[in-house]
Amino acid sequence: MRTVRMLAAAALTGAALLGLAAPAALADSPTATANPDDTRSTSGPTEAGTTFRTAARFLPGQQATAQAATGDYLYWVFPADVGQRPTVNATVTLPDAALRHGPAVWRVDVYDGLRRRQPCMYGTQSRTAAEETATVELACVLRPVRASADAWADDPLPGSYYVRLTVTSLPDDDLGQPFTARIGVSTVDKGGAYATDGSLAAPLVPGATTADQAEADADAGRPSAVEAAAPEDGWSSGWWSDRWLWTGAGGVLAALAGIGGYVLTRGTGRPPRVPPAA
Amino acid sequence: MITRKRLATGACALLAALSVALLPTSATADEPVAKESPKVELVLDVSGSMRAKDIDGKSRMAAAKQAFNEVLDAVPEEVQLGIRTLGADYPGQDRKRGCKDTRQLYPVGPLDRTEAKTAVATLAPTGWTPIGPALLGAAEDLEGGEATRRIVLITDGEDTCAPLDPCQVAREIAAKGIHLVIDTLGLVPDAKTRQQLTCIAEATGGTYTSVHRTEDLSRRVRQLVDRAADPVVTPVATEGAVRCADAPQLKPGLYTDREAFGQHRWYRVDLLPGQELRASVSVSADRAVNNDYGVLLRAVTKHGREIVRGSEAGDGRTDVISTGLRYPKPELDDEPGDAKPAAETVCLQISNSFSAPPSVKTTPGMPIELTVDVVDGPSAASDVASFGLGRGWWLLGALVLVGFVAGLLWGWLSRWRVAVWRTN
Repeated sequence: MRTVRMLAAAALTGAALLGLAAPAALADSPTATANPDDTRSTSGPTEAGTTFRTAARFLPGQQATAQAATGDYLYWVFPADVGQRPTVNATVTLPDAALRHGPAVWRVDVYDGLRRRQPCMYGTQSRTAAEETATVELACVLRPVRASADAWADDPLPGSYYVRLTVTSLPDDDLGQPFTARIGVSTVDKGGAYATDGSLAAPLVPGATTADQAEADADAGRPSAVEAAAPEDGWSSGWWSDRWLWTGAGGVLAALAGIGGYVLTRGTGRPPRVPPAA
Repeated sequence: MITRKRLATGACALLAALSVALLPTSATADEPVAKESPKVELVLDVSGSMRAKDIDGKSRMAAAKQAFNEVLDAVPEEVQLGIRTLGADYPGQDRKRGCKDTRQLYPVGPLDRTEAKTAVATLAPTGWTPIGPALLGAAEDLEGGEATRRIVLITDGEDTCAPLDPCQVAREIAAKGIHLVIDTLGLVPDAKTRQQLTCIAEATGGTYTSVHRTEDLSRRVRQLVDRAADPVVTPVATEGAVRCADAPQLKPGLYTDREAFGQHRWYRVDLLPGQELRASVSVSADRAVNNDYGVLLRAVTKHGREIVRGSEAGDGRTDVISTGLRYPKPELDDEPGDAKPAAETVCLQISNSFSAPPSVKTTPGMPIELTVDVVDGPSAASDVASFGLGRGWWLLGALVLVGFVAGLLWGWLSRWRVAVWRTN
């Protein structure tokens, strides 16, 4: 497998050598095509979970909806893979203004597969809805997912990501009113800029096991937690990044520059002081 | 990643077979135990106040009956459903008798829709509102087996049978560790009812809904019954110790325990070199707690050295606070022959910084959920960048410059060599 990949890399570098494609164009690594297209609005689950364990699963590009009562904690889970930067968007349609007695603060939180809270780089994670507002829009842009991190860091790693939507503050009278929520995740491919070395043996998915155990489970016909939580086209090996192309192209340019320099100083191959007839 | 893992396992088939025989077969706790059909009991308040005509112009009782009919039609096949009433039989003024007035209207089991509907149709608003005893009764009805359990409590008034606080009853039921969730629905609730029902729901990890329309009621109850039918991994109850030496040994899986304010819980996990420990913990705020709180999960060696920690703090309204950690144990460099390397005992310590106003009972402790996974260790990073490769215009510039300078030098060198050769 490894050799096949190496050969593929060699072929790609070869192609780069021949084509000398502009590095800017190279920045689009092949993984970008793996993203589900946002325009394709496949529908996700219509119910949300109420705990980490019961979180409703959906894929990036899908829209998950839920009807619930204010005060409920709604949980969803989606997979994110190496090099992706997920953005969570949530829209809450609030209960009838007639039933409400004051402003409410809505909040979306994202946790990784180890239930560690993930910070949002940008986006309004929490918003106060005035008494008469009809909808609240929340967003959270996560950090790009890396292939590996220190055990002491909480950098985002490939695996499951939990989204929790709830109201964090509201008048007591307003508890238990019906609302609907719609949630979606879009991912941007950040490519090689965040390609780090090393990789996890298994993505951060609850219930992931050792390879031996996974093998035993597969033999017994039990679905593996890792496969069940995988994105549409499976977890990437984390091997590819556009760094291969940059480095390859750099090598080619260096070789060309080397030839150029050589030609400049080597001249015609005949020292000027030596007469042609000598 | 996965392919690499497969390759590794494929290549080490013999080793795998060997270690499967040697390793404790992990993840017994991980298998979905809930093959049994889930149990749900609907607890309906039939107290005198249900006569009030304020839901869509009909009486609360009529709305509840209509909702029940719709729900009974839509119950998923696999769900075992029961119905219990409270305040259905004793119309008198004797508080003692009125507060014992709860009975099972339809036993928990495979549902006969017609029979259940007939039973519901006979109900008429009558007596008191003994929520506490009804919850105890419902918990008894649902006893036995490993199935997930859910009580859906539909009431229109607060408990009239103090001093038995239904909220405390709910917390005690939850503390029995039988995976029981109580969802509450208040019909046109007043402030006191709402407070009591939210407290009951909070204590068991359930939800609270206030109902003003019949359709809301039937939709919500249907949703709650469907939720019970969702397959879920049920955690295994365990009890952590106050120090590592006495701590229970955990295999990979999902566990629950209880932890009081300021208490520490210790567990032990065995980890072989080259494996990675992943642990996460959630502490549920199942009662009214003070505004600021936190949780700390530490992995500590047997000798007390902290390896890694996960911590989280928060404020405001919350259901749980969670954190997690990873601990990849490096491979041993000098393996003594073929002997199996000794497993390291990692102690996991869970502490919380919740606090509560003095009026709130501190026992039983708050529920904690602990997941323990052991996976193969990560492939180590030898460089920050992927395979040590470079990227960007500075890299290209540097390479071009170095290539050019090298070319120049090489050109000069060969020119000089030719000149020397010619002159000789």
